[in-house]
Amino acid sequence: MQDFRHLSGVSTLQFDSEACTGCGMCEAVCPHRVFRLNDRLAHVVDKDGCMECGACANNCPAGAIRVTPGVGCAFYIVQSWIKGKEAACCGGPECC
Amino acid sequence: MDAKEQETGVCCGKPAESSPCTCGFGTDAEKLNEPPATAGAACCGSSVVDPESDPFERPGYDRCGFVEDFVDTPVGTIPRVKTALDRSDFLGTLKARLGIGRDNYKISPGLYCIGNPGPDAPVLVSANYKLTFDTLRKELAGVHAWILILDTRGVNVWCAAGKKTFSTAEVVRRVKLTGLEKLVRHRDLILPQLSATGVAAHLVRKGCGFRVLWGPVHAKDLRAFLDNGMKADEAMRRVSFSLTERMVLVPVEVSHLPKYLLWVLLAGFVLSGIGADFFSFHAAGVRGLMIAAACITGIFAGAVVTPILLPWIPGIRFSLKGALTGVLAGAALVGWLWSKTTGWEALALFLLTVAMSSYLAMNFTGATPFTSPSGVEKEMRRAIPLQAGALLISLIAWIGSAFSL
Repeated sequence: MQDFRHLSGVSTLQFDSEACTGCGMCEAVCPHRVFRLNDRLAHVVDKDGCMECGACANNCPAGAIRVTPGVGCAFYIVQSWIKGKEAACCGGPECC
Repeated sequence: MDAKEQETGVCCGKPAESSPCTCGFGTDAEKLNEPPATAGAACCGSSVVDPESDPFERPGYDRCGFVEDFVDTPVGTIPRVKTALDRSDFLGTLKARLGIGRDNYKISPGLYCIGNPGPDAPVLVSANYKLTFDTLRKELAGVHAWILILDTRGVNVWCAAGKKTFSTAEVVRRVKLTGLEKLVRHRDLILPQLSATGVAAHLVRKGCGFRVLWGPVHAKDLRAFLDNGMKADEAMRRVSFSLTERMVLVPVEVSHLPKYLLWVLLAGFVLSGIGADFFSFHAAGVRGLMIAAACITGIFAGAVVTPILLPWIPGIRFSLKGALTGVLAGAALVGWLWSKTTGWEALALFLLTVAMSSYLAMNFTGATPFTSPSGVEKEMRRAIPLQAGALLISLIAWIGSAFSL
């Protein structure tokens, strides 16, 4: 998967290592292996691999991770520009 | 009628031999346990008695093809599912992949089982999209497990998690509804890793007392995961986007286009008719077909070639990749129509193909498992003005060429 890359330096992922308890949930759930557990503490090792799915933040019991989750789907983003965030859908069956 | 015929039973005047009765009852005569009734009686089924109805039949219910039989458990009767897919499953998959009835391809949520699971067997949680269910069960031959299917509205695991139908609340609700704590002695649920976008493990534990174990991304790794003491290695935790995975997405992507294409073509024919003599139906027909050819070329380059060749086309941006394939496809189209077009018309057709290919390639971001909303939005803010500009120049060149004769 590392051969598939989109724009770098754009992810909204924020990690507060002070709050981290080292439970390892973020490492387990990330589909792009952005986190790595080292010395009982999580580390962001590949921020540009982040696709902002939100799995890590959703599963961090300590609330140490913040990310604006969403789908990286052009069709959805066009809809959200036209109709607003609430009314936008993944084009019905389109992407998902 | 000789003695041999009487023995095997006579059906509608034809000897039954060893083949099933062809009276239109669809009965498989070979499977019948009961001896044939008095031979030589009235024909059409009366000589062979149909089997009794299935003991699991219930008035008003249809048995699903993937159900082997049913097992009695402390929480009621649970269907045991087959691990081999049959023709109707493949046909269903094909239809879903082509976008036919894909919105309503689902199974009932609740408990199922595979093999002979006992109170210590693992519980696998999944979505109620039939394609997801088939992908799961076909990997579980020889495994004894309970399967808890959530109501994800017939949507696959990852997308349902994104839409929050595969959610903490739904896991908790379904565990309670099925009485899972009375079925198994342990308190572990194995969830697909990609459902983590919608499910918070610590909140599931708080909500129903069950601990979430994150299974692998792909169902094909489940057996290794179970054999490995419920541990996933690095490769099992990473999403992939192989050639096959990209190829199966192409028909669905293309199947959504006709409804938009119809309007584009209509506009194309109208614009093609405008000229020095106000409106020409002849020009609308001939030049409209050229527009249609450019649209189809653009779709082919942007929604078919670009997704398939994705990692090998240079560039990071999808719009750029699509523009590159569009340039090649557009050049080929213009070359093909060279003798029939003016220079301005050729330019218009070329730019239309490139813009269309670039836009459709950008739309493919929604089907990939690695683009972030921030990245896609950043790309779009740059690409859409360029695509719109190309389209505008194409439009001016096309209409202008009809006046400059």
